[in-house]
Amino acid sequence: MYKLQTVHVQVPAEHNPNANLPNRENLITATMASKHLATSIRRFFRKPPAGTTLIHRHSLSTAAVAAAIEPLEEDSNGVTMKGVKISGRPLYLDMQATSPVDPRVLDAMLPYYLSRYGNPHSRTHLYGWESENAVESGRAQVAALINASPKEIIFTSGATESNNISTKGVMHFYKDKKRHVITTQTEHKCVLDSCRHLQQEGFDVTYLPVNPDGLVDLEKLRESIRPDTGLISVMMVNNEIGVIQPMEEIGKICKEFNVPLHTDAAQALGKIPIDVDTMNISLMSLSGHKIYGPKGIGALYMRRRPRIRVEPQMNGGGQERGIRSGTVPTPLVVGFGAACELAMKEMEYDDKRIKALQERLLNGIREKIDGVVVNGSTEKRYAGNLNLSFAYVEGESLLMGLKEVAVSSGSACTSASLEPSYVLRALGVDEDMAHTSIRYGIGRFTTEGEIDRAVELTVNQVEKLREMSPLYEMVKEGIDIKSIQWSQH
Amino acid sequence: MLRHVTNRILGQGLRLPATPAAVGGSGLPRMYHERVVDHYNQPRNVGSFDKNDEDVGTGLVGAPACGDVMKLQIKVDDETGKIVDACFKTFGCGSAIASSSLATEWVKGRKMEEVLTIKNTEIAKHLSLPPVKLHCSMLAEDAIKAAVKDYEDKHSK
Repeated sequence: MYKLQTVHVQVPAEHNPNANLPNRENLITATMASKHLATSIRRFFRKPPAGTTLIHRHSLSTAAVAAAIEPLEEDSNGVTMKGVKISGRPLYLDMQATSPVDPRVLDAMLPYYLSRYGNPHSRTHLYGWESENAVESGRAQVAALINASPKEIIFTSGATESNNISTKGVMHFYKDKKRHVITTQTEHKCVLDSCRHLQQEGFDVTYLPVNPDGLVDLEKLRESIRPDTGLISVMMVNNEIGVIQPMEEIGKICKEFNVPLHTDAAQALGKIPIDVDTMNISLMSLSGHKIYGPKGIGALYMRRRPRIRVEPQMNGGGQERGIRSGTVPTPLVVGFGAACELAMKEMEYDDKRIKALQERLLNGIREKIDGVVVNGSTEKRYAGNLNLSFAYVEGESLLMGLKEVAVSSGSACTSASLEPSYVLRALGVDEDMAHTSIRYGIGRFTTEGEIDRAVELTVNQVEKLREMSPLYEMVKEGIDIKSIQWSQH
Repeated sequence: MLRHVTNRILGQGLRLPATPAAVGGSGLPRMYHERVVDHYNQPRNVGSFDKNDEDVGTGLVGAPACGDVMKLQIKVDDETGKIVDACFKTFGCGSAIASSSLATEWVKGRKMEEVLTIKNTEIAKHLSLPPVKLHCSMLAEDAIKAAVKDYEDKHSK
């Protein structure tokens, strides 16, 4: 007899045939049974939350497996997961999704977990004081990387939270006078979703289109500014295609019209030089786990001169100047600070190295196969992000064959859905090319061997899939694919 | 006891795999059945026949804009009406490749009337395709029908 989880109905013991029960109990049993039936039906048709297991007598193998967390099977022969067997862990080339924690950062963090574990807001004892000291020096390290004052840094749980505070917080604060927001079509989902939320509240939002190389058109930006524009939000380095927006020019325009500028610098921090004064930035979102720091920490830079005000999204004890209540996680802040300091020291060296690796990757692939398109501007891009489209090959099938290399198609946020990425669509990429894009992320710890192996695997898979592709065959025969009338169904 | 009966009924009603795991965009990870991976790694019958050949029927279905294009070719023995050979080429995801590869396997050695009865549900069941990939099996069924029709068109002239 199997049980559904959390069924609280107390049916009288099953060994008791109901016919023998007195009438009243029969009625109760009947109503209980019908209620039970109703709840059971409801529960079966509701999607089970991830991680729960259905104990089942019949073998509903697929449903049960879907509900249970599938364990990773590692043995000496290799790793098996999701029906795919590979020898050893894949090469990690997805640095835009997240980055490994630098061992030096972990060294800095550990004492604050094991021995100096105080709450930085405890004012009455040594544990609190030393924790507060650590938070303040972390703050100074983060500020130094962007040429800001430590008083302008607020710690949050990540760039998503900082983006939320910036967009919604600013507009809610100035909602009487300012009703308009300008952003771009290639922003991160959290900015776009916050803007959609603002639209539902009655604000106006302009989503600026981008040029085919991914850069914002400055003239269009200028034209769309209105007297009641409260915020302009443009991300510094795009997470999918890696293009670097012209922040200084945008900052100049914002200064001219006296509109606050917010930028999502999660992918840019520690990789390209950032100066909040020359770029005239009022608000900036930063993320820890993209620069070899810990996950779960981010920061928001808020300019003090001229002061930008926001409405807090988290209410509570008034920590972080009342902007973001909640205990500041000391070990994460220490890690973030250490990561920023390392980034400051090693930015130039890393940049040179990563540029060389990127060229190695691109040239290696281009030597062996043609029909490779780089998405986004080739000059104004961050070297560690290479987004390639392979003609006549579909992206998902390519990814299926690249299981030994951890790369992503589009961005991690959208890889669960089957639609071509909205960023590529905004670039105006052809529909058949939009389905085939692979994003290679190169970082501080990527080696040349990894790049060479990735080139080899990619070339092999693309060639194999092109052999299988009717489009490639047609192109070889000289037929123009665009001229064919396809039979839609 | 009523509980037992209730659950029995519901349990049997849900025997058909309602796989919530593979709904695109649901946030749960997608899984490929090992048959799909097998067809992907070792595709059967990739290739091309000469489409102007008398005993070859070609079915080309799909559209690059949708992300799926399948070309299925059959070589038919004129006297017996049996399909002696088949090959395919596909632009599409792993499930599309597996569906068309499976289709070529299933049509070989069968009569043309017989293969018209191959249903997309059978292909989907054999490969355990999740609901979001059912259109791949649909396309494979269409490709078979288109290939047969093309052959018949050639011979009716």
